[in-house]
Amino acid sequence: MAWIDACSTDDIDAEDVIRFDHGGRTFAIFRNHEDGYFCTDGLCTHEDIHLADGLVMENTIECPKHSSIFDFTTGEVETPPACNNLHCYKTKVEGGRVLVDI
Amino acid sequence: MRAAFALREHGYVGEVTLIGAEVALPYERPPLSKTGEIAAIRTAEAYSDKRIALRPGAFVTNIDLGTRLVSLKGGEAMAYDNLLLATGARARLFPGMEGCLTLRTNLDAQVILSRLTPGAKIGIIGGGFIGLELAARARQAGAEVTVVEAGPRLLGRAVPPQIAKILHERHALEGVSLKLETGVVSASSDRIDLVDGSSMKFDTVIAGVGAVPETGLAEAGGLVVQNGIVVDGDFRTSAPDVFAAGDCCNFDWRGQRVRLESWKAAQDQGEHVALAILGKSVPYNKVPWFWSDQYDLSLQVAGIFDLGAPIHSRSTGDDTTVVFQCDATQNLVAAAGIGPGNATSKDIRIFEKLIERRTIVDAGRLADPSQNLKRLLAAT
Ligand SMILES: Cc1cc2nc3c(=O)[nH]c(=O)nc-3n(C[C@H](O)[C@H](O)[C@H](O)COP(=O)(O)OP(=O)(O)OC[C@H]3O[C@@H](n4cnc5c(N)ncnc54)[C@H](O)[C@@H]3O)c2cc1C
Ligand code: FES
Repeated sequence: MAWIDACSTDDIDAEDVIRFDHGGRTFAIFRNHEDGYFCTDGLCTHEDIHLADGLVMENTIECPKHSSIFDFTTGEVETPPACNNLHCYKTKVEGGRVLVDI
Repeated sequence: MRAAFALREHGYVGEVTLIGAEVALPYERPPLSKTGEIAAIRTAEAYSDKRIALRPGAFVTNIDLGTRLVSLKGGEAMAYDNLLLATGARARLFPGMEGCLTLRTNLDAQVILSRLTPGAKIGIIGGGFIGLELAARARQAGAEVTVVEAGPRLLGRAVPPQIAKILHERHALEGVSLKLETGVVSASSDRIDLVDGSSMKFDTVIAGVGAVPETGLAEAGGLVVQNGIVVDGDFRTSAPDVFAAGDCCNFDWRGQRVRLESWKAAQDQGEHVALAILGKSVPYNKVPWFWSDQYDLSLQVAGIFDLGAPIHSRSTGDDTTVVFQCDATQNLVAAAGIGPGNATSKDIRIFEKLIERRTIVDAGRLADPSQNLKRLLAAT
C-alpha cells in the first residue's frame, strides 16, 4: 500500500465519479455531496462493469448496467443484484490533490 | 428467487421453498442471447445459509386455493400459507413454425449457441430484442444472418423509431440481411416460407416472436387471468394469499394495465411481494426499465412510450442518442438512450428518477444538452 496522487479535487464534479487506473488495476474515485472523496475498486462486483459511468447520489453509486447500488463510503451493497461488497481504499486531500492509498 | 432472499432480508423466519421445473440452480436469462454465458446466480450454499429450500426439477400441476395445497408432478402435495406464482413466460411459436428453435432457457441456449458457427446460414424470425441480440451474437461468431420481420421497422413494439434506426443501421453495417415487411407463412428447422410464396433455406431457423405468459396454473386454480395473472398494487392475485410477479403478471402502471418482460421488474416485484407478505408493503412506484446489448451498443428504456405520440430528442454526443416523451400534462413518462458501452446510462437513470418523481418538465429545456440533468433532478 502506498499513497498515490490520483487527481485534482476539481477533476471530479460534486456528486460524481471518475475512473482512475494505476499499476494495471482500475479504481473509481468519488466526490460526494459534501465534498468528501472516496475510492473503491473500479468494477462492479456483479459483472465487471466500470462504475465510473454510474450515477452518484449522496454517498451511493448506482451501477450503470443493472442498477446495483453501493455505499461507496463503506463499499456495502445496498441493492442487488450484486452480492459482494466493493473494496474501499483510504483517501486524503492535500493541497488540492486527491491521494489514494492503494 | 429474489422474493425468497428478500423475505429473509426483511426478517421472515418461517419456511421458504422455491419450486421450479428447471433442473439448474436459478440463473440469469439476459446473458443467454448476449454473451451466451450460463451461470448460477447464487451457489447452493447461499440458499441453505438462508434456509431457502430448493425443489429443482419439480413441476407444479395444480393449486388448490381452498385447501392451500400445491400438487407436484408425481403426486406430492405441499401446503402453503402464502404462495407466489413467478411462473414467467415461454417463447411463443405461431402455428406452422413448430420446427424452429426458440430461446428461453439455458438448454435452448446451448443448442442455439452450438449452431452459431463461421459460415452457418442462420434465419431469424422476428426483429425484436431476442432476434436482434441473437443476430449480433451470430455475426460475431461469423455466421451469415438473415432477420425476417413482418412490421415496417425493427423493435416496433416498445422502442422509439429514432433508437430502432440506429440499431437497424448497425446491423446492416455488420452484414446482417434485414427483411422488413416480410410476412412468414410457415417455417421449419431449415426453411422459412414467406407470404409472397417464396422460400428461404437456412442451416438453422430461430424464432424470436415474443413470449406468452405462463398462466396455466393460475387458470387451473381459478384466478383471474387477462394477458397475465391479474394482480393489485401489492401484486396480490384475486386470491388473498396468492401473489404473482415477474413476466407472468399483469399489473397497473399509472392507470394502464401492463405485463412486462423485464429483468428489473421481476426483481423489483419479487421484493415487493416479500414486503407485502410481511405486511410491510409500500406503494409500488418502480419505473419499468429494460436494457439490451447488441455489438458494443447498449440500449436502455425507462417508462413506457406511447409510440403514437410525439417523442423529443436530447442532442447528446455524436455516437449517442437520447429521446424522451411527456404526456399531455407535461409529465415525463418515458426515456430511452443508446450508445457505445454505458455512455447513456447516467442520463437514462436520471430520467428514470424524474419519471418516478412524476416530474413536470419543459420538454424544450430537457432537449437542450446544456441543461444539466443532475441539477434538474436535485431541484425536484
Ligand atoms: C434470452 C433472453 C434475454 C433477455 N434479455 C433481457 C434483457 O436484456 N433485459 C431485460 O430487462 N430482460 C431480459 N429478458 C427478460 C428477463 O429474463 C425476464 O423478464 C425474467 O427472466 C423474468 O423472470 P421471472 O422470474 O418472471 O420468470 P422466468 O425467468 O421465466 O422464470 C419462471 C420459472 O418458473 C418455472 N415454471 C413455470 N411454470 C412452472 C410450473 N408449473 N411448475 C414449476 N415451475 C414452473 C419456469 O420453468 C421458470 O424457471 C430476457 C429474457 C430472455 C429469455
Ligand atoms: S454489472 Fe453492476 S449491477 Fe450488474
